[in-house]
Amino acid sequence: MPKGIIETVVARHRKDRTRLLDIVRDVREELGRITPEDTALIAASLGVSTIEVEGVVTFYHFFGNEAAGTYAVYLNTNIVAAMKGSTAIKAVFEKAAGVPFGNVTPDGRIGLHETSCIGMNDQEPSAIINGTIFTRLTPAKAKALVTAMEAGKDIRKLAVPLGDGANASKVVRSMVHNNIRRKGPVLFAPFRSGSALKKAASLSPEDVIAEVKRANLLGRGGAGFPTGLKWEFCRREKGQPHYVVCNADEGEPGTFKDRVILTEMPHLLFEGMALAGYAIGASEGVLYLRGEYAYLKPHLEKVLAGMRRKKWLGTGIAGKRGFTFDIAVMLGAGAYICGEESALIESAQGNRGEPRDRPPFPVQNGYFGKPTTVNNVETLCAAARILAKGADWFKTLGTPRSAGTKVLSVSGDCKKPGVYEVPFGLSVASLLAMAGGGDARAVQVGGPSGACIPRAQFERAIAFEDLATGGSVIVFGPERDLFEVVRNFMDFFVEESCGWCTPCRVGNVLLKRELEKIMAGKGTVRDLEEIEAWGKMIKATSRCGLGQTSPNPILTTLQNFREMYMAKVDAGRAFISEFDLEEAIRPAVAVTGQKPAGHAAEADHE
Amino acid sequence: MSKPVIATASLAGCFGCHMSILDIDERILQLVELVEFNKSPIDDIKTFTKPVDIGLIEGGCCNSENVENLRSFRANCKILISVGECAIMGGLPAMRNGIPIRECLEEAYFHTPTIDPADPRIMPHDEELPVILDRVYPNHEIVPVDYYLPGCPPSADLIWKALVALLEGKPLDLSYGLIKFD
Repeated sequence: MPKGIIETVVARHRKDRTRLLDIVRDVREELGRITPEDTALIAASLGVSTIEVEGVVTFYHFFGNEAAGTYAVYLNTNIVAAMKGSTAIKAVFEKAAGVPFGNVTPDGRIGLHETSCIGMNDQEPSAIINGTIFTRLTPAKAKALVTAMEAGKDIRKLAVPLGDGANASKVVRSMVHNNIRRKGPVLFAPFRSGSALKKAASLSPEDVIAEVKRANLLGRGGAGFPTGLKWEFCRREKGQPHYVVCNADEGEPGTFKDRVILTEMPHLLFEGMALAGYAIGASEGVLYLRGEYAYLKPHLEKVLAGMRRKKWLGTGIAGKRGFTFDIAVMLGAGAYICGEESALIESAQGNRGEPRDRPPFPVQNGYFGKPTTVNNVETLCAAARILAKGADWFKTLGTPRSAGTKVLSVSGDCKKPGVYEVPFGLSVASLLAMAGGGDARAVQVGGPSGACIPRAQFERAIAFEDLATGGSVIVFGPERDLFEVVRNFMDFFVEESCGWCTPCRVGNVLLKRELEKIMAGKGTVRDLEEIEAWGKMIKATSRCGLGQTSPNPILTTLQNFREMYMAKVDAGRAFISEFDLEEAIRPAVAVTGQKPAGHAAEADHE
Repeated sequence: MSKPVIATASLAGCFGCHMSILDIDERILQLVELVEFNKSPIDDIKTFTKPVDIGLIEGGCCNSENVENLRSFRANCKILISVGECAIMGGLPAMRNGIPIRECLEEAYFHTPTIDPADPRIMPHDEELPVILDRVYPNHEIVPVDYYLPGCPPSADLIWKALVALLEGKPLDLSYGLIKFD
């Protein structure tokens, strides 16, 4: 009975409203779907309103009221997946399963769903089936998967051959590959467990902050806020307790470096979190892991357990009295917006992942309203390395303004897609040479929310003072149609807008429509002007980073590839209407049987 | 010099914007001094009798007659202005966008509470009736529109200031209060 199951699940999570995402996930797993009645039951057992639960159920891509299928296939449809053949894979899945995407087979067995970037851009086409990742899909493999699902096989056993490194370990057992193409000294160099924590424990919390500040560590998520300063602000706040939150919700299409760091260097990350806790005066940390990376959770839990055994977590860390810290791993459920720090905090508290107004900033009013520092995975790793090796050493890497290295996720039209840890200041051209993408027509730096740059700008440097990036680098070869790229990115933003701000919710739809009008050859120069005006307005009036950057794919291509747009628009005409009266009255005529002799006919003869 | 000519129309609107035009109160006497009205519900002139300088359009297009009317305004007016939310965005009538036409018509003619259950269910289909469009369109998707006056309705002062600015050929100075709606 649903009631019994729901009550058991809710009890397992100690009737804790803040664990609502876990509760919904577990109930969905047990019941296959969540009906409105189930929603009410969950609400009743938690003692909250139905609408609160409904809000969460319907917000996240991997939740919802509808059944996703006994086998829920989530096929990545981002631009790189499309470039690597996801369209053909999609057709094979549809033909073999007998239903189009967005549907579940009549027997409820197989559900086909599209999803945005799942962090596997270097091994596309890829899909997630019941949490298991399938990479480098081929039509034959897709067909075999459907046959296996129809036969009721254990999907995990089909994910072969296994990937490299920890991916092949017993607890991960994933076919994902790390593709670490270039190891740098900060992230991927060997790390002796405890070395950062021992150093931190030998210093005062203020001195830890001072060391991180002196290293000039800037946030690696893309925004580049000085980490030491953030910690200092947080430490100074009076509210108690303080929290450390690690943002492992890397959702920017084309980014996958955190996945590799989480797979190979989790101990480095956890030391970074612990010493951040020491620095800001927090004893609890939360790792918010994107739902797509759920397959890494057991691995991370195992590493955490090992660290607790060795006293690198818990009480008296590194033999220092009062140095107490532990980490909980929390799972997201498929929402790009949760990469925004305040939305992430909302989600970690069991709510819809809607951004908060800022200020107050998370350092003042964060997790459960308490002072919280939210840092990117890579930032915390770099902090650990800084403590272990010193700020002076760190500053020898990179440029004067951008110290250290950056881990880049390179994908698209290049021979060696994968992860590259390079010093800041490296030119795009040098990166392309390393990755075998020298003939690129354009490079998308920083994902859809970043910039699309042409060959003429390939000498620009990857650094905070020039091309700032969270790490996504997508290469587009000479034959690539950039309009398709931009459209794919706009589809993404339209889908992922949380809907709070009208300029973002509506504006992105309008921008996409304008783009499609131009692609259809019906655009005018006036449409280009409107795109620029609207893009500016959407950026200026949206309250979070999504809307503040979503017009970038159109705006940066319009700026850098204007000739491409000019070739599509009719420069001689001021206005082209897409309106077709005959088409517009067709549905009504079909219903009423009316023979439009009057107005409609006359209007057409004008 | 002859006076500038103005025409107005209410397409898929509620006449609220026209009410707002009338809300300029005694300034309407001044307006009549300044301009001449042609086709408009205000003077009940049904067809254009001369070229028009400024056309004010309230409402968007929900049926074939609206489209015809709008196109004739565009053909006869030098400057065309979308007045109010419905003209600019489709407004309230556009709430039906996304609902299939059949559902809309059946709701209106078969299921409303005011229909006598004993009556036969008839879908109006006389050929003289305008045909309803697949969705409600903002005017600028059908013809080029020169200016937009926002509001639901735009206030009398906003309409007044816009008209005066156009007539005097001066830039429009919209104070914050005129375009603040909450």
